[in-house]
Amino acid sequence: MISAFFFSVVVALCHTLVAPLLALTVGGVLLLVAHLPAREVARRLLVVNLFTLVFWLTLPLTVPGEALMELGPLVITKPGVALAALITLKTNAIVLAFIALVATSRLADIGHGLAALKVPSRFCMLLLFTYRYIFVLQLEYQRLRRAALLRGFRPATTIHTYRTYGNLLGMTLVKSWQRGVRIQQAMVLRGFQGRFYVLEGRRLAASDWILSALVLFAAAAVALMELMGSSGGG
Amino acid sequence: MTTIFLDDISFRHPGGVRLFHHLDLTIGSERVGLIGANGTGKTTLFHIIMGLLKPESGQVLLDGRGVVDAKAWQQLRRQVGFLFQDADDQLFSPTVLEDVAFGPLNMGDDGPAARAKAMATLDGLGLADFENRITHQLSGGEKKLVALATILVMAPDILLLDEPTNNLDPATRERLVSILNDLNLPMVIISHDLDFLAKTTEVIYSLEHGHLHRSDSIHLHSHPHAHVYGDHPHDHGG
Repeated sequence: MISAFFFSVVVALCHTLVAPLLALTVGGVLLLVAHLPAREVARRLLVVNLFTLVFWLTLPLTVPGEALMELGPLVITKPGVALAALITLKTNAIVLAFIALVATSRLADIGHGLAALKVPSRFCMLLLFTYRYIFVLQLEYQRLRRAALLRGFRPATTIHTYRTYGNLLGMTLVKSWQRGVRIQQAMVLRGFQGRFYVLEGRRLAASDWILSALVLFAAAAVALMELMGSSGGG
Repeated sequence: MTTIFLDDISFRHPGGVRLFHHLDLTIGSERVGLIGANGTGKTTLFHIIMGLLKPESGQVLLDGRGVVDAKAWQQLRRQVGFLFQDADDQLFSPTVLEDVAFGPLNMGDDGPAARAKAMATLDGLGLADFENRITHQLSGGEKKLVALATILVMAPDILLLDEPTNNLDPATRERLVSILNDLNLPMVIISHDLDFLAKTTEVIYSLEHGHLHRSDSIHLHSHPHAHVYGDHPHDHGG
């Protein structure tokens, strides 16, 4: 996870085209190693590339520079196309690496991983509790909303709508608070005294270190290429 | 044998009506069913027993001694297991194993010991391969059984169960009946499910107007119920 972060930073700071290309390859390799369902990955990449599509539509027209071709009044510039291509490469490289390194983990594992990395337990617990109850709270909100809809509530831009949504949100807040109290009671009844104990705190295995080292190495390689590329006048 | 005695308890919620008026109750030798209309304070009574709410007057005694300070409450909570109405309130850890091990860890067990206890408890409830399941992805019935495991792993002497059969399908309900009957522990079960109480308890208390009324025999099937599956009749016990 740490490695993924460094990898992203390095990639995001690249200016040349070559380095992100390598990064993209690294991301691809990681993805292959992670054995992910291709459809899921493609779906996520599609979402991301809808954003880059916007860049392709705007940047070539707006970035000033040498003209690549002219379409009537529109001038498509070389630097614009290059920039759009660069952004696309970078985005995909980062997304691939993140999908492979982080998104494959269940949040429970990420929490345990953070605990193993000596992140304060309060932070880990905050993360895990948020994850545990966000669905419960969402369900509660939807139950209320459905109840309102079933009684003929139609959202519109009226005071009545705003007041109703205010009530729904307020009600969800109150219910969340009450649930929080009940959970705290449940914890106290089972001997909770403000200290979290980690069950067999997941040790960082040798394979974890090796994987991190490899990803960091890849990041370093990308950085090196970038430096060489730009000093060479890129 | 652990005995809890509620001595002359009176209670009202702030700004609410009086729920209990000089109420006495002994828990520890029997399996008790607790019935009563909504809002009569059945759950509140459990909260007073566990020390989550403080009575206006009167006190809770554990083995004859008044439970007064934090240490005494901790001792009582160690000996009495309270199963909540909503299992979602009780299962807060990411995985089943962690949730069941939470109590033993707080009691001072180290990792391997807590793990062993948790696995043994899950095994005893027929949940042997559940340890790595994600708690919020369990079904309602599974959540209820896992919540029961988180209580049983602390080896309580007395159980308090708050409407344990709510939203359970008939198969899980029957499973719960046999689990509870195998436990051989004194318990108090709040329920509106008289058939369930008849199968699991020896005596029924009904809570009315702040007083408890005891009845040693309840009339089996005095309530109307639908026989939906005509080709699967059940025994009315004569």
